[in-house]
Amino acid sequence: MATTIRTVSILPAFPILTKLLFLIPIAAGLFGVLLPSLGYFPDLGGNQFHFEIFHQLLDHPALPNSVSLTLFSGISATFISLCLAILLAAMLSQDGNSGNNKNKITRFFVIVQRGLIPLIAVPHAAIALGLAFLIAPSGWIIRSLSFLVMGWETPPEWVTLQDPFGLSLIFGLVLKETPYLLLMILAALPQIRAQEYLRIGQSLGYGNFRSWLKLVLPQVYPLIRLPVFAVLAFSLSVVDVALILGPTTPPTLAVLILRWIDDPDLSFRFLASAGAVLLLVITLGSLFFWRVSEWLVLRKWRNWLTNGKRGSGNEAHNLAALSGLVLLGTAFFSVLGLAFWSLSLRWPYPHVLPQRWTSRNWERHWSSLQETAFTTLEVGVISGAIALFLVVGCLENEQWRRVKFSFRSQWLLYLPLLIPQATFLLGIQILAVRLEMDGTFLLLVWSHLLFVLPYIFLTLADPWRNLDARFPLIAQCLGASPLRILFRIKLPLLLKPLLVAAAIGFAVSVAQYLPTLFAGGGRFATLTTEAVSYAAGADRRVIGVYGFLQALFPWIALLLALAIPRWRFRNRAALS
Amino acid sequence: MNNNLKTNSTAKSGTTAKPLNYFILAFMLLLLSSFSAYGNSWPEIRERAKGQTVYWNAWGGSEEINSYINWVGIRVKNEYGVTLKHVKLAGTADAVSRVLAEKAAGRTNNGSVDLIWINGENFAKMKENGLLFGPFTEKLPNFKLVDFSGKPTTLIDFHIPVDGFEAPWGMAKFNFVYDSARVSETPKSIPELLKWAERHSGRFTYPHVTDFLGSTFLMQALIELTENPEVLNHSVKSKAAFVKTTAPLWNYLNQLHPHLWRSGKSFPSSSSVQQQMLNDSELDIALSFNPSATSAAIASGTLPESARTFVLKKGTIGNTHFVAIPFNSGSREGAMIVANFLMSPEAQMEKQNPGIWGDSTVLAIAKLSKQDQQKFKSLPLGIATLPPEKLGPTQPNPHPDWKNQLDAEWQRRYGQ
Repeated sequence: MATTIRTVSILPAFPILTKLLFLIPIAAGLFGVLLPSLGYFPDLGGNQFHFEIFHQLLDHPALPNSVSLTLFSGISATFISLCLAILLAAMLSQDGNSGNNKNKITRFFVIVQRGLIPLIAVPHAAIALGLAFLIAPSGWIIRSLSFLVMGWETPPEWVTLQDPFGLSLIFGLVLKETPYLLLMILAALPQIRAQEYLRIGQSLGYGNFRSWLKLVLPQVYPLIRLPVFAVLAFSLSVVDVALILGPTTPPTLAVLILRWIDDPDLSFRFLASAGAVLLLVITLGSLFFWRVSEWLVLRKWRNWLTNGKRGSGNEAHNLAALSGLVLLGTAFFSVLGLAFWSLSLRWPYPHVLPQRWTSRNWERHWSSLQETAFTTLEVGVISGAIALFLVVGCLENEQWRRVKFSFRSQWLLYLPLLIPQATFLLGIQILAVRLEMDGTFLLLVWSHLLFVLPYIFLTLADPWRNLDARFPLIAQCLGASPLRILFRIKLPLLLKPLLVAAAIGFAVSVAQYLPTLFAGGGRFATLTTEAVSYAAGADRRVIGVYGFLQALFPWIALLLALAIPRWRFRNRAALS
Repeated sequence: MNNNLKTNSTAKSGTTAKPLNYFILAFMLLLLSSFSAYGNSWPEIRERAKGQTVYWNAWGGSEEINSYINWVGIRVKNEYGVTLKHVKLAGTADAVSRVLAEKAAGRTNNGSVDLIWINGENFAKMKENGLLFGPFTEKLPNFKLVDFSGKPTTLIDFHIPVDGFEAPWGMAKFNFVYDSARVSETPKSIPELLKWAERHSGRFTYPHVTDFLGSTFLMQALIELTENPEVLNHSVKSKAAFVKTTAPLWNYLNQLHPHLWRSGKSFPSSSSVQQQMLNDSELDIALSFNPSATSAAIASGTLPESARTFVLKKGTIGNTHFVAIPFNSGSREGAMIVANFLMSPEAQMEKQNPGIWGDSTVLAIAKLSKQDQQKFKSLPLGIATLPPEKLGPTQPNPHPDWKNQLDAEWQRRYGQ
């Protein structure tokens, strides 16, 4: 009993520690951009507070178009991803009891799901680079068209990439965000006992899809609101994807800010800071707009939910199948394109396959790849392990002390996902330099932790909370200590979600570009920083090497996370 | 004494101080310099450099350049015991901003950048803001081999005096790249380029002005189109002068843009992307800033065998690129060792080889030993490289002021 009390009494330290780890850098980061945006940056001669810079920002000729492009691409990408994820999730949660035909359909969507989920692990930059080659006017699709039918000697003058409306940017984002939202929906379904509702719906004569929309969606949406918000904030402020797929005249606001930061005229720092503050305002405004829209949609459609009209809604099947196929095919060929490039010596237009193959690209980079891959692995594993430790501590604290992680602290955890990266990383950098912490491994891990932990929490919290409470209770009755219960009962039972959460955390760490750049002081090269800096050089063969590895690493982690429980519990069907 | 004042560039002396204070200050500086972390004589520098790690921040977009830098690392490790780490940048300004952030935070030693590949406006900004260590080039034995008279841009970078704050590394000259499989006759002047573009709509473009090659194209066109190019050698005198001088350029671009790739509504984001578009047959003519880069690109497989280069009859802009040491580097001696090695005949020869990188030397061949002269002469020219006598005259880069204002005006007109 004494050990129980002792163990339980240190648990409150976990949420406190976690909150501190989050609050300090975020506060520092926000101050770090807010002050220069108001004119205060002594080393550049700014000693007074004023609003001049915001006037300057609002008068900037590129701003209106840039802001509307940002809003249009960010909101559309989120909306489309959400619709597709809902559509696919609805198809997946049909039960296969009613006939052979249905079984086939379900099996098809299960294949789509199996193919799409690993995409979560593939970093945005890698997918964007692969997609760019796929859809460019001289890209793979047009090469194949030219080879099969058209016979174009030079690529057609079509605007398929970096189009002024940001459509290719939206496509790239949808490709990445749909699988993520799909996973979030699928993870939330058991909590609301979706299958039972669907059966009730069907027994009342509603079609599958219709019962899903009327019964499941209204319950599942509140559970995935935070992930949707994270997607929205991310789409509005993404840098690497927008650099590769987005338009250039003007670019999105986040890219414009990066251009100002990169301007050798150091006085542009003020403008960049003001831009970062504006991006924050835009993001918060969009989140608010989204929330209001939710409410409006609900008001408008509430009657539809209860109007009692039956119907199968099966017309959605074709749309879902088509979008599933497009997403899956695009993703597959994007990554395959990277792999082919990494093995090519020359692959000019209009050749559908490389003219000359070679292993030279891999050999040439082998030694530097080893070092880079090791750093990537190291940061990913360490930040993932720390995050897992803290999250498990917080969740245990919740259960033993019967306090739910408060709404407010949960939002705090998601702040790094909701605040534009460029906004607070610049500020963190300045503070880190003052503390002589920049370019240290510690700061690098810390900055990754800010992004890894929320995703791990998001993935692990629900399985943890939903674990049948009777198991630990029985163990407790048999005299087991909390630690023993954790290690002997909970962790083994939750092995699969734990490993999946760890793999996702690892994938998030691998994908980090700006944090590695800012916190690492340029001294730590990861696969992602190398891939993006090679992307600046536009040699697709090298980009292929780094992009492919960048995609492969997290994918292997995810595969392991799924395979280990299956092997470990090969004789326990419900756990594998 | 004067020398000591110069070496400690970060020290400031009060202007109102009395003679006695001057004396004390000078004395303290003397003491300081004898205890300072960096040596003054070459053997002393070599001694201190041993075991140091130099973080060299350099653009990392080119495979050829990266493997050359890798080779440099192996050489300085073996010969001087200096460890070289290449921090691969997407743009030089990344490193400038890091040094700035460090200065803002008051870190005057052990900064994260030890050596930086730089020139032009980045150099101007760093020098102006006191972000550089130096002058140091006089201390480097190989510095005297540089061709100062034949290559004056090794001393004056974009009209900003170098003053020993950056060591010359390579020479660049603006030129055009084209695919001879599709282009038979190449334009000889900026107006002829417009005629060509009109006949071959959509087959030429230039990079966005955020890329240095994009703004160099603007300056190149301006030099040829404006009435009095002499004014470009000084800072912009007034708004009216800018409007008057640049009017022919905007007139020209307004005519050119409808015939560019995507009708001039979009531009490649960088020179590398543009080169890739030439490789992908999306363009017929592209731009380059290194006359032998095309040969090197053919050798490595990033341009077709049929790629060739051409220049303009009246000449093209040429300049020098350098390496500099930030004021707060903790490995100054190591950085100086690397800078000196980069100017050595051995390293310069390796760099000029078009099979490796193909970047022209900054050295005066006549100053080298007979043996080295012979080796330089026997370097292959490269299949697409014009011989020196066909490269045309070299025009000076306009003052950085012009570049900044041209970029801003271009953004206002076409960047939205």
